[in-house]
Amino acid sequence: MRRVRVIPVLTIDRDRRLVKTVGFGKRTYIGDPINAVRIFNTKMVDELLLLDIDATTDGRGPNFAAIGDIVEEAFLPMGYGGGIRSVEDAAKLFQIGLEKVVLSSEALARPALVSAIAERFGTQAVAVSLPYAKKLLGGQQVLTHGGKVRTGQSPVEAAKAMAAAGAGEIIIYSIDRDGKWTGFDLPTVTAVAEAVDVPVVACGGAAALGDFLPAIRDAGASAVAASSLFVYRAPNQGVLISYPDEGDLREQLFARLD
Amino acid sequence: MITIVDYDAGNPRSIINMLAYLGVSAELTGDPDTVAKAGHLILPGVGKFDWGMRRLHDKGLAGPLDEAVKRGVPILGICLGAQLLTRGSEEGELPGLGWIPARTVAFDRSQLDARLKVPHIGWADTEWAAGRRMTVSTSNPRYYYVHGFHIVCDDPTTELCRAEHGYGFTAGVEQDNVFGVQFHPEKSLSFGMAVLRHFAGL
Repeated sequence: MRRVRVIPVLTIDRDRRLVKTVGFGKRTYIGDPINAVRIFNTKMVDELLLLDIDATTDGRGPNFAAIGDIVEEAFLPMGYGGGIRSVEDAAKLFQIGLEKVVLSSEALARPALVSAIAERFGTQAVAVSLPYAKKLLGGQQVLTHGGKVRTGQSPVEAAKAMAAAGAGEIIIYSIDRDGKWTGFDLPTVTAVAEAVDVPVVACGGAAALGDFLPAIRDAGASAVAASSLFVYRAPNQGVLISYPDEGDLREQLFARLD
Repeated sequence: MITIVDYDAGNPRSIINMLAYLGVSAELTGDPDTVAKAGHLILPGVGKFDWGMRRLHDKGLAGPLDEAVKRGVPILGICLGAQLLTRGSEEGELPGLGWIPARTVAFDRSQLDARLKVPHIGWADTEWAAGRRMTVSTSNPRYYYVHGFHIVCDDPTTELCRAEHGYGFTAGVEQDNVFGVQFHPEKSLSFGMAVLRHFAGL
């Protein structure tokens, strides 16, 4: 049976608190990221993605001490993104025990950084996250700095540029659907997956296990990522760190892929 | 006490973390004397084959490892560490440690369908051979893999476990007191814990 990765995204703020955003804006405090990681260990999660959503806008690098404390509890592959600006930053993160670094703002401004990290650590170790939103007059563009700075590049253009620079994976992250429980933006996932050879991870909008199958089977994503779905009981309800059972994943997702 | 060989190929911190979680004491060392006297050895490793072999030789560790293995000390190679146990690899020129009658080859892309990438990265269901010393019994075991090369045994009885990426490949090997796993137990949740716990008990 083919397995695909189902990845919880944990977003932390400048105070190392686990928070959940809606549309990259309004934040809700979820809890302690270390507790969340411990729970995800026991839920048999495939992979975790930890994003510091304030690092770039604060103009600082990764909080290595805080990240180290979190990674120490994760007995599963984990990626980190937020404020990575140099090969040395990436090297420190791998030293801490992360499997993958996720670049975004800095990579779009300076694709050579992606190449340099890929050259030293392999393309599998570097992913690029492309947060994007609708433009007022139609079309979509990739945004940086927590959704505040426009690049003018479409998700497909940016994905091609990042894959060419050496990104081993593209995370296509819909800001419009973040925290909205609307399902994935399948047309954009499809367009990006067709445009690049590297694995594409669909992110933003997942509301139920049933949303994963079309993103992979129909849109061509290699993996799916979600946040609200794994930290809330349901829309507009309380915090509950959860993850689908292995049996449900096998029956409702993996078994239906071929 | 498990002695983890430090030879600048990859980061063993996650292995130490998992052993600590399991209550197994571990030391990380690049000291040849400590390695020669160890009671249990783990040879970790991420990186290129020749880099790994060269670092083992440069740090004077190949001889002490050989001494320990000849004494019957259980040794577990992980990922590149498992490949180094073979005679050699298509990835490099240098001979391997040669304790496992096997060689390491590149994934045969001609046998992979287009959506399957090399390196193989991700989880794979893995099947253990029954009744070997290192056989771990867990239901539906799966482990996390990151590799572009895999081991091919001369004799199928050396194979300890098997997984699939486009085609079936050797995911683990066993020869007397020498064991190797291609996957990363330290990143494989309770499945990986069962592997390290079993090894620590040998």
